[in-house]
Amino acid sequence: MATSQWWASESFWRKTAIWVTGGSFVVLILLTMDTLPQISTGSKRVPAYSVINHRIEYKFDEQRKVQVPTIGAEEPLFGKVLNEEEAEALVKLGKLTTQAKNCMNCHTLLGNGAYYAPDLTKAWLDQYWGTRDSREEQMVEFIKDPSTRLHNGIGRRMPRLGVTDEEARGVVAFLKWMSSIDTNGFPYNFKSIEQEN
Amino acid sequence: MATLGVLDSANLNGGQRLAVKYFTVALVLLGAQVLFGLFAGLQYLKPDLFYETLDFNVNRMVHINALVVWLLYGFLGSVYWLLEEESEHEVAGLKLGNLIFWVLTSAVTVVVLVYLLVQVGPGKESTIWLINEGREYIEAPRWADIGIVVSVLVVFYNVAATFSKGRYTGIGGVLVLDMLALFGIYLAGMFYTTNISVDQYWWWWVIHLWVEATWEVMVACIMAYGLMRVLGVRRKIVETWLYIEVALMFGSGILGLGHHYFWIGTPEYWFSIGGFFSALEPVPLVAMVVHAVFDAGARHAKNSNHPAMAWLIAHAFGNFFGAGVWGFMHTLPQINLYTHGTQWSASHGHLAFFGAYATIIIAMFYVALQYWRGKTWMAGELPGNGWKWKWSLGLLNIGMLGMTVSMLVSGYVQSQIERAIEGSSWIGYFAAQAHPWFVQGMWWRELFGVMFAAGFVLLVWDLLTIGRGETRAMQPAVSEE
Repeated sequence: MATSQWWASESFWRKTAIWVTGGSFVVLILLTMDTLPQISTGSKRVPAYSVINHRIEYKFDEQRKVQVPTIGAEEPLFGKVLNEEEAEALVKLGKLTTQAKNCMNCHTLLGNGAYYAPDLTKAWLDQYWGTRDSREEQMVEFIKDPSTRLHNGIGRRMPRLGVTDEEARGVVAFLKWMSSIDTNGFPYNFKSIEQEN
Repeated sequence: MATLGVLDSANLNGGQRLAVKYFTVALVLLGAQVLFGLFAGLQYLKPDLFYETLDFNVNRMVHINALVVWLLYGFLGSVYWLLEEESEHEVAGLKLGNLIFWVLTSAVTVVVLVYLLVQVGPGKESTIWLINEGREYIEAPRWADIGIVVSVLVVFYNVAATFSKGRYTGIGGVLVLDMLALFGIYLAGMFYTTNISVDQYWWWWVIHLWVEATWEVMVACIMAYGLMRVLGVRRKIVETWLYIEVALMFGSGILGLGHHYFWIGTPEYWFSIGGFFSALEPVPLVAMVVHAVFDAGARHAKNSNHPAMAWLIAHAFGNFFGAGVWGFMHTLPQINLYTHGTQWSASHGHLAFFGAYATIIIAMFYVALQYWRGKTWMAGELPGNGWKWKWSLGLLNIGMLGMTVSMLVSGYVQSQIERAIEGSSWIGYFAAQAHPWFVQGMWWRELFGVMFAAGFVLLVWDLLTIGRGETRAMQPAVSEE
């Protein structure tokens, strides 16, 4: 190849590679600096942990044309209003438990994980839990010992993972808090549990 | 000095002797990946299999962790393999590199044993430090993370110091910078936070910027080396292509990260950024196909190592279809809303990891064996017409394609029934999982998985025997220079 065109030269592409890489990375850093405050705990998109003291709903937004979480009247988890620190401690216990029990290698959280079991993004709002009043205890009991409970018609069951009562309550708090995150309408067309009084 | 047809480490230079150790462990871990994948796939069909003994989450974790680690071992092996030739200098700090190989391998063994025997722990930070971090792909407990960082720093030192003392080629320069990025990015995944949006934000830095950026550049380096070695392409050509690929890969891949930021709580502007840049991600992969196929065609596919050349071509196409086409199919947010977290992802993941990475490492296995057996003949007219490598190539590729398409069919069912119609509820999830079309896909996946496993067994057999007792010396690639 006897070409000496600038666009075919090694040094042109070396410089391009360096500038494109550096430039993209700088843009990524800037976007990260913009995004992180918007998803910090207590922001509009990711509410404070004390949101678990309230009813959380997932409602269709006429402007965005997708469902978005809304925070409703006070509706404390396990009947007890928690202050910010207590709420954080409980959600933290729950999040740590989901990691320690390797939930993500069967379930998805915010759609990420494995595909052997249902997505947990809106698990708190799932109709599976029956009524609003029985939901919390149902969830705790299920997480502690799912092996004998009815799951589905295909015989797939969650195993017992040695979750304590306290850890199970933490997991429920974590799931309730996670359902309040604004996920841009994911999951779409979700049908929530009846929560009206 | 070289003994033809006999596995003899005297045939290898220092870096290459270390490389074949990495390759050996990589092959063993590939076997583990296949085995645990078969278990996990079977659990979709027979849910009571190993219930509360070896549950799906354990099998799946070992399946994907074995994948990450065997590919990493394949990359490190490939780097040590080409290091002395590229730099024209002995590996600096090789003793330390050898020590680190044993440290890393012991750590991997302990981690896997803990995964299998301990599996889960209490909901405390100590579990994350000692047993399992519980974050997909980077489940390795924190102590192992630290071990990995130290190990890779040593490898980085080996590579950077060797190139500095010897000759800094274009491949060398890209490799050193890429490894620095690879190791730096891993740190982004090494902390705990309760805020799951922030957690997943950084978690994707590790997963995406590894798999869709730094790993792609790593294989571009290996491809450049492979084409020079196997086909005899001129350095100036492969290095110019390498720079083009780096520009296109990092130019699309770094901001393509945005396609993981649609649904985790992050702002809506990621729709446009992630959608646009990730839609460009296939472009460099097209370039690689053109590059590899053109170079092969220009030499009438005359090459010194037929199995390696075949796997390099499999890599070019596999990377394009698996990472490029299968990724593109569901990367725009408007479709991803329904496909995110379904068997679509599994389908894409399988073909992409195999096509982009497994293939090129298998090519390197063959290059290594050719030299290890004293630069033996590996072109045409192998004993039995080379049926073992040809059949294993066929079984592995058809097996993988079959699995991919099966999961895609299941993924369509899932995205429509569970996602679009039923709205991702528990009921909707199981309505899709129980659908005959979905179940059929899972059966076909397992069947093709068995075919893939047969291909793996044949591959091991071939690697153990190819070139044994061969009396013809390697026909060197015809260089243009």
